[in-house]
Amino acid sequence: MENNLKRLSRFRRHRAVAPLLLVLALLSIGTTFSVAGAATSTPLSAAEKSALIDEGKQLFLKGCSSCHGLNAEGGAVAPSLIGVGAASVDFQVATGRMPMADMSVQAMRKKPVYNEKQVEALAAYVASLAPGPEVPGESQLNYERDGSAAEGGELFRTNCAMCHNFAAQGGALTQGKYAPTLMGVEPRHIYEAMITGPQSMPVFSDKTITPEEKLSIIKWIKAAESEPQLGGAALGRVGPVTEGLLVWTLGLGLLVGVAVWLAMKAR
Amino acid sequence: MSNEIETIKDPGLPAHVHRRTDTDPKAAQRAERQVAILFLLSALGTVLLIGSYIFIPQDIFIFFPVLGNTNAHQLFLGLGMAFSLFFIGMGAIHWAKTLMPDEEVVIQRHEFRSPDEDRADFVKAAKDGAAAAGLGRRSLIKRTLGLALGLAGLSPIILLRDLGPLPGDELSKTSWKAGTRLVTDPGDRPIRAEDLEVGAVAQTLPELAAGGHRTLADIGKDAVLLIRLRPEEFNLDAERLSWTHEGIIAFSKICSHMGCAVALYEQQTKHLLCPCHQSTFDVTRAAKVIFGPAARPLPQLAITVDSEGYLVAQNPFNEPVGPSFWERSS
Repeated sequence: MENNLKRLSRFRRHRAVAPLLLVLALLSIGTTFSVAGAATSTPLSAAEKSALIDEGKQLFLKGCSSCHGLNAEGGAVAPSLIGVGAASVDFQVATGRMPMADMSVQAMRKKPVYNEKQVEALAAYVASLAPGPEVPGESQLNYERDGSAAEGGELFRTNCAMCHNFAAQGGALTQGKYAPTLMGVEPRHIYEAMITGPQSMPVFSDKTITPEEKLSIIKWIKAAESEPQLGGAALGRVGPVTEGLLVWTLGLGLLVGVAVWLAMKAR
Repeated sequence: MSNEIETIKDPGLPAHVHRRTDTDPKAAQRAERQVAILFLLSALGTVLLIGSYIFIPQDIFIFFPVLGNTNAHQLFLGLGMAFSLFFIGMGAIHWAKTLMPDEEVVIQRHEFRSPDEDRADFVKAAKDGAAAAGLGRRSLIKRTLGLALGLAGLSPIILLRDLGPLPGDELSKTSWKAGTRLVTDPGDRPIRAEDLEVGAVAQTLPELAAGGHRTLADIGKDAVLLIRLRPEEFNLDAERLSWTHEGIIAFSKICSHMGCAVALYEQQTKHLLCPCHQSTFDVTRAAKVIFGPAARPLPQLAITVDSEGYLVAQNPFNEPVGPSFWERSS
């Protein structure tokens, strides 16, 4: 046994070890994913579905109905949820925007209150009220395969950059509202936001920006997310504002300091 | 106490204070060491510069606090060069301030005008030189030189031509004509009314004729934003309402203030915001300015659908798009 291990350990620095391990790791990840994917994509039976809707209704009555109404018909402070679809619920609840922490101008992204199963139940309940956009499935979101980052960048600059900033860092709207940063957002949620138009955001229809183009936009955002900072500190990637501030305060301060030292008489 | 005002006496020059390095040899030695250390730091900086150029591969990223993930090659090249140059300068200044001769020299001011004989000498030398060169005799050379210099001096005037030509009516025209289809930007696909849900927007451009192409200047004037609302949300007069189609309204994207692209559409408030100077337009009231420096609403494009159901312009814009200009009528 010990001899075997020794013989094995003699090969641990072999040239082929790293590629072999990599292949092994990729294989195991791939198989885990397909197994997990198969588990989640099994269609629900009618009974399971109605159980899910019931569970969602109970959650809704407890957590949402005080604002959105007992039948999701909306109220003075909250819109009707009839016809918003499962995608809208998944976006709002799974990113933690709903339920809102306070009645401020904008619901912000935070730690979700409901777990994945509960979000699914809520979405199923709201979707059962009237048809609306559905949650996109794993297979619809393969942006690595179906998207093109270059095309996505072009689409992003025309359709998204005015609010979300040219590097997807987010930006200000009117009266305290803002377009949030897109860094670290799940591809599913980016997709849902485009088809449902949450809060201030308008809807981007599938006919004007096709599903493939939406995946291209997601691919570009993901590329921007992992973009190395070749120019040194990115300073929030908001362009001349922070760069100017830094140069005018730190840079000029440094120059003034040097000038004072230059003119000081040695003692 | 006397009322006589005393004249202010010339205070003279202050006594010269010697530096410690002038009086204390130990201090001088210390200063010498400090200068040497600064120069050595500079040398180390140069070694770092050369070393990182040769030995650090260009694709290595390291984490650096504040900076985040940074390219090591670039970072150390920059640091090396900064150290190398900064410490040469700092050493030289410290050397000059602490060790180089510290004597005060007084130079009295005098009149700036040169003495008369110097001036006369200069005039004579110039005249003699000109005579020796034969400028007076060789008039052919004198005249051609004058011509060459004069023409060379005139030549920058032709650069003024690049200020023109005048735009003519270019600023008043866009590519939109009656019946021009609205196509997506980018993608160039025509849009049907039913392609847009309520709450949807689309960035559009006029459809190109076969074989045509768009310049950036065209896009800068033609860009149009389509927005779909519920028809009952509009608060428009009959004419403007007839320019919409089933709740779809089209505005020029070019701000009437400074020409930025106005496309920050807030779906809940139905406001369009210009990112440059925060002009805010109310979409339900034909882009009426409700905040900010813009003087006019955004021009509205009259739209309808053609026989195939695609959205088209009813008419060209009825006013010039974008910011004010000299010849604009309003």
